[in-house]
Amino acid sequence: MSGPIHIRKDETFTLNVGPQHPATHGVLRVKMEMDGEYIVKAETVLGYIHRMHELMGENRTYPQVLPNLSRLDYLGAMGYTHGHVLAVERAAGIEVPERAEYVRAIMVELNRVASHLFWFGAFVMDLGGFTPLMYAIEDREYILDMLEAVTGSRLTYCYFRFGGLYNDVDDDFVNAARAFIPRMRKSLKKYDALVTGNIIFRKRLENIGPISAEMCRKYGATGPVARGAGIDFDVRKNEPYSVYPEFDFDVPVYHECDSLARYKVRMDEMEQSLRIIEQGLDKLPEGPIMPKKKPKLIKPPKGDYYQAVETARGSFGIRIVSDGTKNAYRFKLRSPTYSNMSLFDEACEGMMIMDALAMMGSLDLVIPEIDR
Amino acid sequence: MGAYFSEIFLGLWSLLIGLGITFKEFFKPVVTVPYPFKTIKMSDRYRGHIELVEDESGEPKCIACMMCQRACPSGCISITTKTEKYEVEVDGEMKTKKRKILIGWDLNFTTCSLCGQCVESCNKDAINFSKEYNLASFNKEDFHFDLLNRLKERNS
Repeated sequence: MSGPIHIRKDETFTLNVGPQHPATHGVLRVKMEMDGEYIVKAETVLGYIHRMHELMGENRTYPQVLPNLSRLDYLGAMGYTHGHVLAVERAAGIEVPERAEYVRAIMVELNRVASHLFWFGAFVMDLGGFTPLMYAIEDREYILDMLEAVTGSRLTYCYFRFGGLYNDVDDDFVNAARAFIPRMRKSLKKYDALVTGNIIFRKRLENIGPISAEMCRKYGATGPVARGAGIDFDVRKNEPYSVYPEFDFDVPVYHECDSLARYKVRMDEMEQSLRIIEQGLDKLPEGPIMPKKKPKLIKPPKGDYYQAVETARGSFGIRIVSDGTKNAYRFKLRSPTYSNMSLFDEACEGMMIMDALAMMGSLDLVIPEIDR
Repeated sequence: MGAYFSEIFLGLWSLLIGLGITFKEFFKPVVTVPYPFKTIKMSDRYRGHIELVEDESGEPKCIACMMCQRACPSGCISITTKTEKYEVEVDGEMKTKKRKILIGWDLNFTTCSLCGQCVESCNKDAINFSKEYNLASFNKEDFHFDLLNRLKERNS
């Protein structure tokens, strides 16, 4: 049961969670005004690892910004790079070969599974269960090995290029990905039995940490947080980009609005990602991975360009205002976690501190992406 | 009352299922590597720090065109050159011409983000990635690589 029994304003104290605290998964600081174990007021303090990625984007040429995008979110780097390349391709009018589009979709979905797996492990660890983290990391390692063999890097891939890819996937990758899908399906069943059914886990999440659809709309929350509140919104379905219209997949939506709903959305999303990977591997066409005609220096014509993509955490938008030179005039990143985290202040009022931290875990915060 | 006991029973049963799964994991093969004693081989495409590539005669392929230095987002490559005059015979006449000679190729690995833009921008395939990853050090100066010297040491 959440909700305060009594709040005496005269006897509150301030509790600092973070900036160095394992529950915040990074350098996020939460200033909490507490009445015993109940939160009266919470205030999130940001900016501990602000690195001015937007300004860097304005001072560097378009290809030079590519490595920056991977540093936004180190768990789902592919999706963010995808947003950037799509935005610049739209701006400069570069055609992308079909094979490159399919490989991109497969890579992004693999990375989404890896990101959700790590979130799953860390989230259960927040609630006090250490073992599932080890199982999740073992499965994630298979994905990272696959991606490393193709891209050459384990976390900050920098694999997509304007118009295509850095290098082509080989048969080894296709075979490894095919072998991974049944393995992952088996693991998902294992997680379901080990964690989702667990009575301690359910008691800590069911009907706790309510985030309503109205609150999501107010703060602009997207991704699994909004889908756990009953909002059926997925950029891949609502504003299709790349080759996503070709794939047959569902968007899991739960209407319970509690922490468990957000957990279930992510677990179901992994299954849907596997479906997309399966279809992508079946349909993978032969052909080049870079277009024949590609401008040597990328100079998009004057204009204002926006592209949204669905990353593991929600809708990531990138806005490029070009003045016709090789640098962007304005480079704006709309990061999903920033909006998702903003509602924490309001949502956790009156909750007990361990419930609030469980809710924070269910938001899936990656701090470098908030501060960026 | 019945609901109370059934909840306790189902709760205990869910814990037993979890214990069964972890018990089965005991008998699975070990997937970790005891790192300092055993290492894993890096994949062929692994992106370590960059290394100069030599041609058949053992000289660096680099022609000091500065493409990589311009492509680098973090500005961690610095190439030093000098211009040398040399004489060449064209149609029976001796003519003096200038050429650029590579005298230094420094990589500041402390700011490198391993993005691979330099390797991609190179038109002569004169740089590639090394597979080295054991690069821990207490000294900052250890990460300022003089790649030209490294190439000479590798050849000698």
